[in-house]
Amino acid sequence: MITKTLSSAKYALLSFRRNPAATFFTIIFPVLFLVIFGLVFGSEETGPADQLVKVSTFIVPGILALSIVSATFVNLAMNQVIRREAGQLKRLRGTPLSPLGHIIGQILASLVIVVFMTVLVTVIGRLFFGVEFNLSSIGVFALSIGLGSVTFSALGLAITAIIPNDDAAPAVTNATVFPLYFISDVFFFSDDDSSGFIDTLGDIFPVKPLTESLQDSYNPFIESVSLPWGKWAVIAAWGVFGIVAAAKFFKWTPQTERR
Amino acid sequence: MSLAIEVTGLTKSYKTKSGDTVDAIKGIDLHVNEGEILAFLGSNGAGKTTTIEILEGFRDRTSGNVQVLGEDPEHASRTWREDIGIVLQESAPDRSLTAHESVSMYASFYDAPRPVDEVLEIVGLTDSAGQRTKALSGGQKRRLDLAIALVGDPKLVFLDEPTTGFDPSARREAWEMIEQLRSVGATVLLTTHYMDEAEHLADRIVVISDGLISAEGTAADLAEQVKLLTRIAWNPAEVPAEALPDLFRSELHTTTEELAIETTEVTAVVHALTGWATANGSRIDSLSVMRPNLEDTFLRLTAAGDAR
Repeated sequence: MITKTLSSAKYALLSFRRNPAATFFTIIFPVLFLVIFGLVFGSEETGPADQLVKVSTFIVPGILALSIVSATFVNLAMNQVIRREAGQLKRLRGTPLSPLGHIIGQILASLVIVVFMTVLVTVIGRLFFGVEFNLSSIGVFALSIGLGSVTFSALGLAITAIIPNDDAAPAVTNATVFPLYFISDVFFFSDDDSSGFIDTLGDIFPVKPLTESLQDSYNPFIESVSLPWGKWAVIAAWGVFGIVAAAKFFKWTPQTERR
Repeated sequence: MSLAIEVTGLTKSYKTKSGDTVDAIKGIDLHVNEGEILAFLGSNGAGKTTTIEILEGFRDRTSGNVQVLGEDPEHASRTWREDIGIVLQESAPDRSLTAHESVSMYASFYDAPRPVDEVLEIVGLTDSAGQRTKALSGGQKRRLDLAIALVGDPKLVFLDEPTTGFDPSARREAWEMIEQLRSVGATVLLTTHYMDEAEHLADRIVVISDGLISAEGTAADLAEQVKLLTRIAWNPAEVPAEALPDLFRSELHTTTEELAIETTEVTAVVHALTGWATANGSRIDSLSVMRPNLEDTFLRLTAAGDAR
């Protein structure tokens, strides 16, 4: 069971690596955002007068949140729909690989991409924008990434149920995540008070809590990051919703007849 | 000989979106012996794929008993899957993997797979093993499908319309490949809507029509069962209608150019015609005797299904 699951992950990664569209959207795209936003806004300063921090300090974790969502939610939603419509998922159901083995294998592959992106974004942030990682908050940082990855993987699997075919997959996933990025401080660190409608809206969805818990662990003026239970609870609630919805609605057979 | 598949009283009904109940399978009994190649023949919509997917464990049934390799597919264990190979009617491999990688991936899901190179050899893909599957031709993709079905070293292989959409030469190649399965010793259940394919590949043919089995046997048995008539035609200038015994004369189709009769009594009719010609010094160069062909047999066997 474990070797079959690992094998499923191994081939998912191999396939990912060879797919130019997948690698572009999951790896190149976040890096481009990081470089562009870092160059344009990164050197501005923000925060209280005695605690000025370069904006890039918040852009790096923002882009990291975007990378996590891309590697899990977007990646899984797209490739599972493609596999489903090609008849590959149905075919897998005909083998001794268990359904859960397939699902866990695919999520593991996404987690590998998350780890890769975490290292890549952190290193680029450090080398090009001088963003120092706040080592004292590594626990919060790692747990936030882990929780976010599982949640967005589950949501990615769940959303495949409402994607009718592979042509619709990029449209549905991007239409879901892009508005969320903009209301979730992924591209800009906003130091406004969290009172506006957009802010409240962002708080309800899981992207902003993820972004903020990562930003906190980069902020040098937050001495020891208190555990962001509230934010984690929002992310975890979405994760539970994703798991339940995926378990109930994930489809293994093609939804369109090709004749 | 033990049975690989045993089905009694299988039915499947489902509700359409408009709320009507459709009876796709109306009561099928079926048995497949171990090591046998059985063709499940029927036109589109006759219930072939529904039946095979119930046997594969992809669909549930409304009623009836189904045993496949000693287990009920609806509640079968994961280990049951170790012994089953499946070629779906439609599926495309991962475009980014090579043929060899695709087969290797599926091999890794079985406890005791066949060697990947051996399977690629069986289906004739050794030379294309290193190619990405997106570069394979339609026929090569179907071979890859079969390789994936065989890599688990199955005791039973399901092939759902393995050659639909192929050109004639690709079909020939596919046939040769499926015949290889005999050498592997697997039991094979294949569906097809080509009578010649069923005749060529299968030990036994089961004809399904409108959710029921309408005939069963070898191709020759089936032709016999439907009692198709042989058409005998000739030019009336060479032999007149009067040459025939009275018995047949009422069945003659007459046009200005030819006389024709459709009959099972081929010997008697030809004897009467040639006897008259010999006695009267005439030649019957125009004589033609048309045996019913496989497609006629098939059309007759599936007529009930098409009449809906």
